[in-house]
Amino acid sequence: MTSTSLDVERIRKDFPVLSRELPGGRRLVYLDSGNSSQKPAPVVETVREHLSMHYSNVGRAMHVLGAESTEAYESARDKVAAFIGAPSRDEVIFTKNASEALNLVAYSFGQHLWGPGGTGDAGADPRFALGPGDEVVISEMEHHSNIVPWQLLVQRTGATLKWFGVTDDGRLDLSDLPQLITERTKIVSIAHQSNVLGTVNPVADVLRRAREVGALVMLDASQSVPHHPVNVAELGVDFVACTGHKMLGPSGIGVLWGRAELLEAMPPFMGGGEMIEAVWMDHSTYAPIPHKFEAGTPPIVEAIGLGAAVDYLQGVGMAAVETHERELTAYALEALREVPTLRLIGPDSLERRGATLSFTLEGIHPHDVGQILDDQFGIAVRVGHHCARPLHLRFGIPATTRASFYLYNTTGEIDALVRGLHHVQKVFA
Amino acid sequence: MIGESMYQELILEHYKHPQGRGLREPYDAEVHHVNPTCGDEITLRVKLGDGGKVEDVSYEGQGCSISQAAASVLHELATGSSVEETLSVVDEFTRLMQGRGQVEADEDVLGDAVAFAGVAKFPARVKCALLSWMAYKDAVVRSAS
Ligand SMILES: Cc1ncc(COP(=O)(O)O)c(C=O)c1O
Repeated sequence: MTSTSLDVERIRKDFPVLSRELPGGRRLVYLDSGNSSQKPAPVVETVREHLSMHYSNVGRAMHVLGAESTEAYESARDKVAAFIGAPSRDEVIFTKNASEALNLVAYSFGQHLWGPGGTGDAGADPRFALGPGDEVVISEMEHHSNIVPWQLLVQRTGATLKWFGVTDDGRLDLSDLPQLITERTKIVSIAHQSNVLGTVNPVADVLRRAREVGALVMLDASQSVPHHPVNVAELGVDFVACTGHKMLGPSGIGVLWGRAELLEAMPPFMGGGEMIEAVWMDHSTYAPIPHKFEAGTPPIVEAIGLGAAVDYLQGVGMAAVETHERELTAYALEALREVPTLRLIGPDSLERRGATLSFTLEGIHPHDVGQILDDQFGIAVRVGHHCARPLHLRFGIPATTRASFYLYNTTGEIDALVRGLHHVQKVFA
Repeated sequence: MIGESMYQELILEHYKHPQGRGLREPYDAEVHHVNPTCGDEITLRVKLGDGGKVEDVSYEGQGCSISQAAASVLHELATGSSVEETLSVVDEFTRLMQGRGQVEADEDVLGDAVAFAGVAKFPARVKCALLSWMAYKDAVVRSAS
């Protein structure tokens, strides 16, 4: 199934929205997949089919529909596990999105559970104990979802937050790695691929240092899992977060992968139905993973839709997706160089970077760029700080315009972007 | 097209050639307002004179064409008018901006500010247009107290 070339015209036919006409007769040019991707017909159809013919709650319903729903939900877990190379399906926890996956891990640290705590007595596991003197390391290029949960954690516990800087060319600054990650570091959490710069971070270098000092490593893979072949076991990290809506799936479903042994040692994040083994009035014991972390009725059809998205991506082949995006990125880097005063924020070569290009145009605010691209050309880009305000502060700019590509984008759409940018410059000349 | 109705010539003119930009002395009150969703910001000063006259509105800020042009138009409209008059213009401008494009603008009250009518159809941009005007209202209240 996996080939390295991809028939983009055939793929586009699977995405009904891409042939849609916008008001005024404009054709849609969707360059905002880094924000959220479009959905192919098989995903829409799977969700529709499940909702219309098989829907019921999962786990607890003892009837045909309950069995079908549970089977579909749990097989989505199998698909995701295989897709990301998880050694065990039980290591795949469904969350609402990447943000919840990151929060789940952040809330596992520094808890003091008193009394009979069943399997979840985190206070007892030193890896999750956190207090004054302990450190958490993130980076300046993180999405707010990989910053704020850790800020809250250190505020709760008195631990210290530290971060990697970012170099002028948009790389993680590893020059102070040994001072940054030390014996005091409990966990390092960084993006696998930056949602602004497109930079793919050197996980192995960070991991090596973290292992030397016994720190855990989490990857925010929201921007990598949709676009590259990712194998969590090969990466060798401890936790990985990603989010369904950026990888052709529905919104409302995300994934936390964690090493089984760690997930078993972690206290539950939320309490409720389905996450328990037995409940007494004064205490409870918890279900084995993954259910320990899935309190309440989960996003059932969303998970099933994600399963269909993963099937679709595997049908195309992630190596082919990666190659296609690389070609688009090469083309776009070249094409954007022709636009006067355009300043790329992020690596200007293909080396260790993905298909996300953020830039500024001198004297023109990104909101104006985005508005004119949309109004006049039907080109959807993202403008603003893309939930990475500290990174924009680092580069001394309030906002950027961001074009991000996916398997259904074409070089023709990049040409349209460049024409649009020239027009924007004419309006504000 | 839609874009053209928002980027009126007058707005682009004010953006390219802002009127009264720069912070000046003396002043009675200074305020700093930000739009957290897009990072637009403005620092604005008002100097009031005898008989409720607005002697000067001076400002410095950064942001998109809409927010910058709105500050420039505000400067022109407010300087030399009475506080009372300008506050009624602010009210009319706010009503227009929050009217989701359904409100008929009163050109007699608004003058040049009527050029912003098209912005009201873009909820994400309304805050850009209102940033300096809300800052002005705030500054006037502070200078009076
Ligand atoms: C790098 C990165 N991390 C985290 C997130 C948060 O994803 P979600 O909003 O689905 O939780 C995003 C998406 O906006 C992202 O790009």
